[in-house]
This record gives sequence, structure tokens and C-alpha cells, in this order.
Amino acid sequence: MKRPFKTRIKTLKIDGIDVGAREDETILELAQENDIFIPTLCHLEGVHDVGSCRLCLVEVRGTNKLLPACMTYAEEGMEVITNSERLQAYRRQVLDLLFSERNHVCSVCVSNGHCELQWLAGKLGISHVGVPYLYPQLEVDASHRYYSYDPNRCILCTRCVRVCDEIEGAHTWDVMGRGVECLVISDLNQPWGTAESCTRCGKCVQVCPTGALFNKGRAVAEMTKRRDFLPYLQTMREGRK
Amino acid sequence: MFDRLEEITKAEQETAGRFDHTVDVCVAAGCMSSQSVAIKEALEKEVEAHGQGHRCRVRGTGCMGLCAAGPLITVDAEKPGEIMYKQVTVGDAADIVASLDSTPVERLRCRTDVPFFQRQKKIALENSGLIDPERIEEYIAREGYSGLMRALTEMSPSDVIDEVVASGLRGRGGGGYPTGLKWTTVAKSDGDVKYVICNADEGDPGAFMDRSVLESDPHRILEGMAIAGYAIGASQGYVYVRGEYPTAVARLKTAIRQARRANMLGSGIGGTLFNFHVDIRLGAGAFVCGEETALIASIEGKRGTPRPRPPYPAEFGLWGRPTLINNVETFANIAPIIRNGGDWYARIGSGASKGTKVFALAGSIINTGLIEVPMGTPLREIVYEIGGGISGGGECKAIQTGGPSGGCIPAGYFDTPVDYESLSALGSIMGSGGMIVMDESASMVDVARYFMEFCMTESCGRCVPCRVGTVHMHNILDKFSRHEATPHDLELLEKLCDMVRNTSLCGLGQTAPNPVMSTLRYFRDEYMDCMMPELNGAERVGELMEVAR
Repeated sequence: MKRPFKTRIKTLKIDGIDVGAREDETILELAQENDIFIPTLCHLEGVHDVGSCRLCLVEVRGTNKLLPACMTYAEEGMEVITNSERLQAYRRQVLDLLFSERNHVCSVCVSNGHCELQWLAGKLGISHVGVPYLYPQLEVDASHRYYSYDPNRCILCTRCVRVCDEIEGAHTWDVMGRGVECLVISDLNQPWGTAESCTRCGKCVQVCPTGALFNKGRAVAEMTKRRDFLPYLQTMREGRK
Repeated sequence: MFDRLEEITKAEQETAGRFDHTVDVCVAAGCMSSQSVAIKEALEKEVEAHGQGHRCRVRGTGCMGLCAAGPLITVDAEKPGEIMYKQVTVGDAADIVASLDSTPVERLRCRTDVPFFQRQKKIALENSGLIDPERIEEYIAREGYSGLMRALTEMSPSDVIDEVVASGLRGRGGGGYPTGLKWTTVAKSDGDVKYVICNADEGDPGAFMDRSVLESDPHRILEGMAIAGYAIGASQGYVYVRGEYPTAVARLKTAIRQARRANMLGSGIGGTLFNFHVDIRLGAGAFVCGEETALIASIEGKRGTPRPRPPYPAEFGLWGRPTLINNVETFANIAPIIRNGGDWYARIGSGASKGTKVFALAGSIINTGLIEVPMGTPLREIVYEIGGGISGGGECKAIQTGGPSGGCIPAGYFDTPVDYESLSALGSIMGSGGMIVMDESASMVDVARYFMEFCMTESCGRCVPCRVGTVHMHNILDKFSRHEATPHDLELLEKLCDMVRNTSLCGLGQTAPNPVMSTLRYFRDEYMDCMMPELNGAERVGELMEVAR
């Protein structure tokens, strides 16, 4: 039998708060709507989610598995816990791993003070990194006329890849390699300045959570990013329709 | 259409009846690597030279199981006086041909009355080593494609699913998800286009079951897939084979061509209205592409990385369509289930694990090779009776099952029956069927380190815990191997195991800590022995552990 309604409305509990939701809303969206804090680094409003940073994992009653809030949809009667001790410990460990993976040195970073990774570390109470640093040797790409790319500060959230592909339509960025050797590259792993698909729009720079992508000519702590950039762009586009 | 199958069967039997002797040479990968193709040619020449061509035939067949004793040859395999020869060389061809009508060549004899051959029960491997994988006629002569024809002409799609549900068959790729349930969910999903995928991206170190089935009996997979296509309403199937299996790919291609010509694949199969096409897609060497969502991405031409589930492929699979993904061995069991009924299959096996399971025995075991036993067979029977015991006469220390997602089972637990639940209770998994047997000389820390290195290099890099966590775990295990570990390292290792297991995106990361956790559970002493020498007194380590806490 065909359902007489298009989108169903669900009611559920997040951290004990009753919440009403459309069935196509994710736990992360609902939490943000209701001022419940769930950390995330890979989620970006306006592009599809990949569930790769694992910071937004939440507990859902009735299942042993931890589910990524950005890719879990509202269900009737769901009981979600977003901030248990266990989740906090895992989130701190994820940040530990991210800090150890590349060379994140805040004191010399253009994004110092405006970095999502740095802010989150403070917010989650990271006082030190619990695993040894891996210190990879990665080269900075400053070949582009307007921007620079420093893979040492990249956390492989792939926001740049998705925004370039889905919003700008250029698909200049993508990921190469496997495992810890993964690297975000432009075109066919060539200097960014020579990437012909790049339109120099700078969307990737604005959405990058860290100082991996930044405007040229910025010194330490000078790179602030326009976080409202993407929602603004979308509103303007939708308005034009 | 049954008439057509019968005609082919009769013609085959007549052909076989014309020959007094049939000499079968194993031409699956194991024996091929020890010159079995050259042996086959030499035998053919000898037969001609003796003028026996009219009454003796030489065939290339699939795997006979006892890979350790290859190249293997059987003479008159389906007659009462079957003779098997082992470790044959090109030079032995003349003697074998000369002995056909007299007494067998004793120095090459391989006994077949031993437990290795007697204790097995073959369903998925029922034709392995008995037919020429490159001739569809021989498959048909052994009831091949009669299951498909029975499904198409006598059963409705839901009848087919009911049989599979009744059989109690569970996914043989590792997870053990009930196959009937999976078929039901795909059948119920909305959509006029659906797909069937056969996962032949076998990548566990030490596992070669799927390769052997594909090389020895490729039509069985095609028949299973076509039955699945009929049951769920799909008309297109893909076999995703890893590129490292060139022989399997070649034989599969031949099989697809022959099946199309025989009207067992393609449009209007067997005169019915059912269409089903099968194409091959080659993997490019990534272990993670055996994970179903990564495999789908790879077939779509994208980077082979997994995505979170739900939605499961049953709802949202290849090109966004409902997709059924089963492993090679699962499909290999389908035709016999349809032929003999689900109840027949459910009577084999034990508890919640029905039927038989193919295992690849590897490591320090005498009878290295491929076996198929009923579920619930104790490990001890597999190792000491079927496997013939430990090579070099030593004691068995542990068995590693399930590859990099599995764990090590110590000798003390060898009376455990092999089924999905018992193995996971021991901290390992059934996995796809690799069994690596280790003797006393094996270092468990090194085993854990080896598998962690495998996971580290095969991680796709998408999620943080698997990408970075495996590197740290590997580095710590490396410190243990170098005897440089401290109690702090052990604590950190356990913390990382827990974190990577619970927070990783796909099965690769979630199960990557298993080899470490199971060796820590049963062989913690070995880890302690690998601490820094100056810390190496049990009391001292205990003290330091207290301090670390």
C-alpha cells in the first residue's frame, strides 16, 4: 500500500531531551538544532557526509555499535547519548591520533587561534598527546598564485575534495595512496599551480578546518576563514532558482 | 530444456565409456606451480606413443585437495580401483602410462584410504578434481545446471528463497550472515533493476578456497548466481575477482562463454523468460575491496573505500540499486541446495551452523591443502587426523583462523567444534576459511605484528582510527619484537585495540585488533617476555604496572 504522506515525522530523545525530527534529518543536524554539542571535523553543511573523522560517534540504546551522528537518521523512539565518558575518551583518542599523524605545530601555523582542530582539542580537554608523534616528511606546495597547501597540517577530512567536486564542480582535489600514506593531491599529483582544473575559487581554502590550505601572504595566526562562506553561497543559489 | 541437459549427460557418459582409462592431472594453481601442465603434455605424448589414444584419455582437472603432495594425478577416479599419484615429475609420465593395464607405480602411490580423504564431506567442492573446469559438458554430466533449470521451471522466486532459508546456509565470506535472510531483504527492496555480485576478492593471507573453487568448478558459481538472480529479480551479475588470480579469471571467462552458448546464461535462459548476464570485474590488489561497500565503489569505477552502513547494499548498492553480495563459497552451495532441497542441507552441520565449510590448511601441518568438512568438526580432528599432524613432528601451539580479522586459538582449546559461535567465543572468527597452523617455534608477538602490518598497509585511510591507530599498534608490536617494550607500551596497545575496534568505520578497522587481542588473551606471557631485558622479571614488571596505573 502506498503511504499517504511524503516525509514522516519522528520523535526521539537526545541526551534525555525530547526532539521532533523529519525522517531525513541526521542526529548531528538535530543536535545542532537543539544546541547539543557533538564534535566533528569532516562534516560540512552543503556537501555529502563521509563519516570519516569518527568524532561524532554517539551511543544509541539497543545497539552495541557506536554510530556516526552525521550519517545516522532519526528513528522513532530512538534514545541517543552524545556525551558519555566512553565517547569522550574515544574522541580524545581520535584527536591524539590526528595530532600524532602529521606535524601540527600551532606556534608557527597561519591558522593558530582560528583552527577547528586546535579549538576542539581545547574544548575536549586535551592536555597532551598520548601516542608518539610520527613526524612524516611532507613538502609544502606554494606553486599556486593565491593559495598554499601544507599537507603537514592536513587531517584528511576531505572537505576540500567534496566542496571542489560537489559545489564548484572542478574536482581538482582528490586523495591518493593508502592508509597513513594517504595524501590530498591536486589533479594528477602535480603542483597546485599547474592544475588546469583549478578555477581559483578558493572554496577549499575557506572550508579547510586547519591551516593546511591558506591564502598566500598570511603570517602566523593571521589566516581567518569565512565559515559562513558555504551557507551564503547556497542561499544565494537557492534564491536564484 | 531438461532434455537438452540429459542429452549432454548421455553423450558425456558415452564418451567416458569409450575410454578404458582416464588419467586426471590437477591443473589448479598449486600443482600448476610445480609443472603439472608439462606433466599433462608428457602424459598425452606417452599415450600417443603407446598407441593408446583410442582407449586412454588425459584430462586437466581442478584441485584434488592435498596440495602439499602436488603435482597430483588420479587414474580412473570414478571407477572402483582409483589410484592417486603424488609428487609426479615429467619423467614419471612413461611409467604411469605403461602401468595403466598392470600394477600401479608403487613409488608414486598416494594413499586415499587416509583420514584426509575419508573424513571430508564435499558439497562446494563436489566436482573439484573430478571434472575438467574448461568443459561445460562435464559439469552438466554431474547434474550441473539442473538446479537452475529446476528453479526456473518448477519453482517461484519465493520458493527458491524458502529453500535457501530452510537450508540454514550462512555467508561463507566471514560474517556468517544468514544467506536466506539476505536474499529476502534484496527481494523485498523496491526497484526494477537489481544486481547480484559474487565477491571473489579473497585476500586473507593463507586462504585459497575461493581461488580453488573458481579454478576447479567455475560453472558452479555461475549457476548459483543465476539462481540468486532469479530469486531476487536481477538480470545482471558481476564477479569481482582479484587480479592476482589469472588462472581463475581465464577459466571463469571460458565458463561464461560456454554457459552463454549453452543458453544457461544470457537472454531467455533454457527457453524460459528469465535473463541473466554475468560480467567479470577485476580487483587491483586492495584488500579493503573485499568489504562490500568498498567493492561496490570499486565496480563503479571509484576509489575503493568503504562507506558507513546502513543503508546496506540490499537497499542501496551498486549504482544505488538493491544489490545482493555473496561470497564464492556461498554461491557454490546454492546449486546443491536447490537440487537436493534445503532440508537436506540443514541436516548437515551443527547448531546454528549448517552444512559444510571449506578450509585452507597452511603453515606447519603435514597435509597442506584444501579440505571440506561438516560444521562442528573439532579442531583436533582437522589438525591431527585430516591434517596429518604437525610437520617436523613437533607440537602444535596454536591455529590462526580468519586471517587479519581473526585470532589465534591455542592448543588447549582444540576440542572446540568449528562453527561460527564457538570460534567467536574464543575471540577468533570463522572468517573465509584460512587456517594457519603454528608449531612451538612460532612467536605469537611476531604473528600479531605480521597481521597488524598487513592491516596497516591495507587500510584505505578514510577513517582516523584505522589509518593512524594501526600504525601506532604496529610500531608498539615492533618494539615488542625488538625487546624494547615497556609496561606503558602494553597499556597503550590495549587502549588502542579497544579504540580502533569500537570506532573504526568498516570491518577492516573493527577487526584489525583481533590478532593482537587474542594473542594477548592466550599468550600474555610471551608479550611479557618481550619487554625490555632490564624489566624482564615478572615481579619487576608487576611493580611497574602498578606504577603505570
